[in-house]
Amino acid sequence: MSSTTLQSTKPKRKRSFFRSGKGDSPFKRLVIHILLIIACVGSLYPILRIFAISLRPGDRLLSTDLSLIPPDATFESYRIILLEKPFLTWIWNSLMITVATALLGVVLAASAAYAFSRWKFPGRGAGLIFLMATQMIPASMLMIPLYILAIRLNLVGTYRGLVLAYCVTSIPFSTWILKGYYDTIPIDLEEAARIDGATQLQTFLKIMIPLSTPALAITFLFNFTSAWNEYMLARIILGSKEELMTWPLGLQRLQGQFQTQWGQFSAASIIVTVPVVLLFLYSSKYLLSGLTLGGVKG
Amino acid sequence: MITPQTMLVSLKEVGSTVLYLLAAAALIEVILYLVLVKWLKYKYAFAFMLMAPAIVGLFFLIIYPLLWELRLSFTNMSLRAFRDPDFIGLTNYIKVFTEPVLKQKYFFPLLGQTVVWTVINIFFHVTGGLALAMLLNRNMKGRGIYRTILILPWAIPQVIAVLAWRGEFNYTYGYFNVLLQAIGLQPIQWMTNPTANFAAMCITNIWLGIPFMMVTLLGGLQSINSEYYEAAEMDGASGWQKFKSITYPLLQPVLTPAVLLGTFWTFNNFNVPFFINQNELESSDILVTGLFRAAFQYNRYGFAAAFAFVIFALLLIFTIFYMRYTKTLKGDAQS
Repeated sequence: MSSTTLQSTKPKRKRSFFRSGKGDSPFKRLVIHILLIIACVGSLYPILRIFAISLRPGDRLLSTDLSLIPPDATFESYRIILLEKPFLTWIWNSLMITVATALLGVVLAASAAYAFSRWKFPGRGAGLIFLMATQMIPASMLMIPLYILAIRLNLVGTYRGLVLAYCVTSIPFSTWILKGYYDTIPIDLEEAARIDGATQLQTFLKIMIPLSTPALAITFLFNFTSAWNEYMLARIILGSKEELMTWPLGLQRLQGQFQTQWGQFSAASIIVTVPVVLLFLYSSKYLLSGLTLGGVKG
Repeated sequence: MITPQTMLVSLKEVGSTVLYLLAAAALIEVILYLVLVKWLKYKYAFAFMLMAPAIVGLFFLIIYPLLWELRLSFTNMSLRAFRDPDFIGLTNYIKVFTEPVLKQKYFFPLLGQTVVWTVINIFFHVTGGLALAMLLNRNMKGRGIYRTILILPWAIPQVIAVLAWRGEFNYTYGYFNVLLQAIGLQPIQWMTNPTANFAAMCITNIWLGIPFMMVTLLGGLQSINSEYYEAAEMDGASGWQKFKSITYPLLQPVLTPAVLLGTFWTFNNFNVPFFINQNELESSDILVTGLFRAAFQYNRYGFAAAFAFVIFALLLIFTIFYMRYTKTLKGDAQS
């Protein structure tokens, strides 16, 4: 596709294709492609290495071989991790906790953000600053009181405290993103609906929620990934009971004995990673709109 | 192995927790409805009803624990004095600055290390992310594929990425040392040499952080109207002039919050230093991992609480200055 034909066939699409190749010489294009390919290798190779190691047979786990598919590839590590380890239980535990908390977190943040976006109630400015300030709290700072309170309330070794904590800690960031998005939606639609006799709740549920799907999706994704990957709180609240572990705890245990279980660690990593990456890539079309709108607004 | 019994255990516990939470939220809404709408007929009743569940949650899981931690920071609570700690005034805060916060490390070297860590990472995140965003911000073949691949470090679970990188810093089998030996250099003791360990942390975190900046800045670049560039080209502006006078200022609204968020995330990054440095090198700690160590390895809870508030105060001061300087959020938060 040469730049001239593109210019002549699609002259009006300049917003996303501005400065579209018309100034780029073939040499410049080549350099750009080479640079991007180098960057891609850098971003992809460490991930492919995990895959390569997961395919190695048990007697060759430790090797200085750098090839991506070992000559004697086997799925033995996958069999062990799936059938002989409590790995699937860890995944199931994580999935339960994560889905529940991500959904609850989005509901809480979506309604709170709507209030921040549409009403100038007393304390609004202070509330926004408070939400931003919570982003500064180092995670390990909250761990200390949460841990001691969890001991006192007998929540150690159960999911109760964990679910509660995950729902709430995601609220500030989600609220900011959603508020930024709501701010870009003109208020006329809601006013029209109110004139037609809709209640405030109906306006919110029937008009705002459908219009903000991209931002809701990205918020859900953020909540999902942060709870799915969370390690520290899970470790201090759940402790070392194997049947209660979430996958990051279990995986860290596998890698603790680095010498013996490197293959299983890699196989488990691949199994955990693939669905998350697919979810992420699927929603990445929302990434740009959701993130930057929230970003521009605040 | 997974059995129906173990599945049922977590399903029951998570499910019952969710039900309790929904019941609590419903109760709050009913009370608010009766008080604000029926009784007071308050103008902002609906806004407060929308926010109520979030406010209650934030109160019980963030505000209350923090106030409790503030009280804790004035006591000598530790594993030995867990049930009835003594009130010792400001002693902990004085200790943070005068005694080692870990076994050997003092506060200020730790702070310096954290600042170096944050500056190095943010610098490479922004330059790398901006460079890639500018390369991608054009009409070209394979743009979508490049973008997808370049986003992957962000997409894969951080714990896995960091643990995998840790494996690559293995002395004998990691590819860094394999490559170094292949070109005839000495392998590096990534896990035991303090400088090399710190470098390993930086390499890992730079790899992890570039995609976020790339995606955010790409969005910012795409929102810049092309007419500015056309006008500049007509005036004969060079590439650098266009960058300095058009791209950079117009990117500010996106760049500023992204840098601010990135700074918090990096300054408070726990996973990378914690997992790369499992060899217990205190020299690789940054403030937040030091805090975790003081609290959960040395079990000095009262002291760690004071330490935490010192860190928080630093971040607060930084933010206030940064917001004054850039004026972001200002109009919005004060309106």
